[in-house]
Amino acid sequence: MQPTLFSTQQWTVSKLTFYIRKLLEENEILQDVWVQGEISNLSRPASGHIYFTLKDPSAALKCVMWKTSAARLGIALQDGMEVEVHGRIGVYEVSGQYQLYADQIRPVGEGALYQEFMRLKAMLEAEGLFAPERKRPIPMFPQTIGIVTSATGAALRDMLNTLRRRLPLVQVILAPAPVQGTEAPPALVKAIQSLNLQSPDVILLARGGGSIEDLWAFNDERVVRAVAASGVPVICGVGHETDFTLCDFAADLRAPTPTAAAELSTQITMLDLRAVVQNYKTRILTATLNLLAEQKTELSSLVSQLRYVSPDRRVQSESQRVDELARRAHSSLFHHLQLQSAHVQGMERRLEALNPLAVLRRGYAVLTRKEDGSVVARVAQASDEMNVRVSDGEFEVRKK
Amino acid sequence: MSKSSSKKVEKSIEELTYEEALAELEEIVSALEGEQNRLEEAIQLFERGQALAARCGVLLEAAELKVKQVAGDEIIPFEELSE
Repeated sequence: MQPTLFSTQQWTVSKLTFYIRKLLEENEILQDVWVQGEISNLSRPASGHIYFTLKDPSAALKCVMWKTSAARLGIALQDGMEVEVHGRIGVYEVSGQYQLYADQIRPVGEGALYQEFMRLKAMLEAEGLFAPERKRPIPMFPQTIGIVTSATGAALRDMLNTLRRRLPLVQVILAPAPVQGTEAPPALVKAIQSLNLQSPDVILLARGGGSIEDLWAFNDERVVRAVAASGVPVICGVGHETDFTLCDFAADLRAPTPTAAAELSTQITMLDLRAVVQNYKTRILTATLNLLAEQKTELSSLVSQLRYVSPDRRVQSESQRVDELARRAHSSLFHHLQLQSAHVQGMERRLEALNPLAVLRRGYAVLTRKEDGSVVARVAQASDEMNVRVSDGEFEVRKK
Repeated sequence: MSKSSSKKVEKSIEELTYEEALAELEEIVSALEGEQNRLEEAIQLFERGQALAARCGVLLEAAELKVKQVAGDEIIPFEELSE
């Protein structure tokens, strides 16, 4: 590396080092490399960063892995371990050293696994095993959930705890199977098939985190095909968020973790169910109260109709009629009486005309004998004492 | 009108599973909300609905995750390992 021919330019160490750093960091190849070698001088101080040297028989490369990447490391590093390290080349200016800033480390051989993964993925994809239209909906409210995982793993405990918390109404049928090693793929296939015989509503295929080799059974063609062939919808939750297996692609739903798989299989939780029951309770109450109110309204309208046709009303109207008749009777009687009275007056007047006393008013008098009251019509009839009756009274007279 | 309710009344509420109780509760709600019921019948539906809701609540409170496992062709209880 002879970056400059300007003999006159005076470089400082800093400037030169910075220049070199820029050269290296602008090189695309050096910013994305996989390097194979053996780990030596491994050091992991309290800071959490990891320092080591990667070497092969003829060269060495200083490496550093920052704490954040180190935390995601799936394997335990050891001096002498043959690994493949991914990262970028940079310069540590303080000591003038170029080094590899590592972000992933995997055991040697995983590169080959990755090739195999890609080959299988392309093949199964071409067969249509991963097609979106194959994906079936996950039932909203499962009653039975099948689980395929290790009977002793943390994944099972996490899933059972999640189900217990979210929807303890469900029944779980576990089909235990080893989840790594050569015996895992056939056991996983058998577990998926046995669970299908029990027809749960959904199957969770799960395994906790691990290295790509640990998860390899879930990239096994037999297992992937068993997932695709399952008559029951499968949720696959293998490894961590960043791990993708072929089972994830074949499953009806991929979950980032076993816990997430348990969550995705219980979309309706106890809280929702309680709310549903409460809602129904409120609705039957409201509906019944409404019905009662309607009935009440109907009743009061009937009552007022009834009042309209009630005998009470007829009695009132009858009594009015009686009053009316009475008035008519009274007035006709009165009329009758008036006629009668006029008649009587007429009779009286006629009678008056015949009354002998009427003559008295013209100055005539009636003379009667005092002793027997007989009328003195002739002289011979006169007695000593007689009564004289005139128009307004009587007096006595003596014969001379 | 009474087709949905009268037919099932025979089954005692204590024997219903959560799903059955909820399904019947749902029917009663829509019967009460949707149809013109005779008052007496409506009150009966209401009372049964109340009892069903209570049954659902009890089942929810008492629910415990049942875990079994496949062993060969059998289903046997699963003993969880304690920590």
